[in-house]
Amino acid sequence: MTAALHLAYWQTTTIKVLVVMGVIPLGALVLAYVFLLKMMSHMQSRLGPMEAGPHGVLQLLADAGKFLQKEDVFPERADRAVFALAPVVVLMSAFLLYVVIPAGPRLTVSNLDTGVFFALAVSSLSVLGVLMAGWSSANKYSLIGALRAAGQLIAYELPLVLGVVGVVIQAGTMSLQGIVQAQAHGALLGFKTLGEPYILPQALGFVLFIVGAQAELTQTPFDMPLAETELVAGYMVEYTGFRFLFFFMAEFGTAFAFAAIGATLFLGGWYVPGVHGTAADVLGPFVLGAKIMLVSFFIFWFRFTYPRFREDQLQAVAWKYLIPLALVNILVTGLLKVVV
Amino acid sequence: MSAFLRSYFVIVVFGGAAVALVALTLGLGSVIRPSRPQPQKYIAYESGVDPVGTGWSQSQIRYYVFALLFVMFDVEAVFIFPWAVRLQALGVFGLVEMVVFIVILALGLVYAWRKGVLRWV
Repeated sequence: MTAALHLAYWQTTTIKVLVVMGVIPLGALVLAYVFLLKMMSHMQSRLGPMEAGPHGVLQLLADAGKFLQKEDVFPERADRAVFALAPVVVLMSAFLLYVVIPAGPRLTVSNLDTGVFFALAVSSLSVLGVLMAGWSSANKYSLIGALRAAGQLIAYELPLVLGVVGVVIQAGTMSLQGIVQAQAHGALLGFKTLGEPYILPQALGFVLFIVGAQAELTQTPFDMPLAETELVAGYMVEYTGFRFLFFFMAEFGTAFAFAAIGATLFLGGWYVPGVHGTAADVLGPFVLGAKIMLVSFFIFWFRFTYPRFREDQLQAVAWKYLIPLALVNILVTGLLKVVV
Repeated sequence: MSAFLRSYFVIVVFGGAAVALVALTLGLGSVIRPSRPQPQKYIAYESGVDPVGTGWSQSQIRYYVFALLFVMFDVEAVFIFPWAVRLQALGVFGLVEMVVFIVILALGLVYAWRKGVLRWV
């Protein structure tokens, strides 16, 4: 009996690993195609890639094929072991984010009790990878880019983490599945069946989360670390071929995961009012997918609209505005939770 | 293995899966990609100009004080999360405790602000 159970555990784990291995490149492809290639082009009154496949759908696959054939170049002065390891660390951070994201009542890799906390902790692993990449490249651009990235990522991790605390207070649990259930059981304007997405009571928390996520993903108002006009590509400048593509994949895979976490924490996740059991498992991924596209639309809309922050403005926004706001949000939410 | 440990063991599996994915794709690439080494290819890239000095040049670090502040607030976050989960049970007493805790930390931030730590020099 135990042998059968063990086998079942390995089987389910293997299936989960394979599914996530499919979801990460697929999510990255969808986000990069829909938003980076097409939405940005149309916003700037141009067509974007149109040749590969209908409307350029296969452009990114063609790019991947191209990257696969690129020569593997290590800079002569590079710290080779660290240089090779850095993309692995960044990709691992993206992979681990998917462990806790629920796509249905039973569709989750592992419903950890520490859900949100784990996700936030794992997402900050990527700072290590970025620093490793920048330092080991033995290139001035890379080094400056990596230091900027480290300064930015630690500054904006705090509003991100503290902004989520309000949701944890309201839900009374850190498990993402529990947070979805808590929103499902809430009452919106007195209607019990609708549930209550936390974006309404936690609007400030949502803003903090989105701004923090934008900075963690180094999307444009916060893209000092990459700054293509001055640092070329920051910490990635010496990477070619698939090693470069791993950074790209991790960036968009993480964007997908962050949008999913944002949708789960603030928009009700996979929950559809009135749908339960197996039907919710079938419908859940589609509902979550639609919400992911909505959240990432905002992330990329900001990216294509705003000019880059200067480094001092960047730090000032985080330390002088967002962090105090996050602390106030925690106290007010706590007060309302205890008093009301 | 208990169910609790199993739910966390998945993390190790997923970390391994990321390494496996990198190894697989790079392995596949090594079959396809060309290798024509030339010394010029391995010079550090500085927008086409020959690099001056080593890549590990000195750069002004304005970040280390921020890093210290970050450690302070990140440890704070570790304490706040368990409190946030149990707030309903802790009630008014828990809330007052946390107000005191956050006010002390906010004072730390105000002190750093007044000292000019947050100014970009």
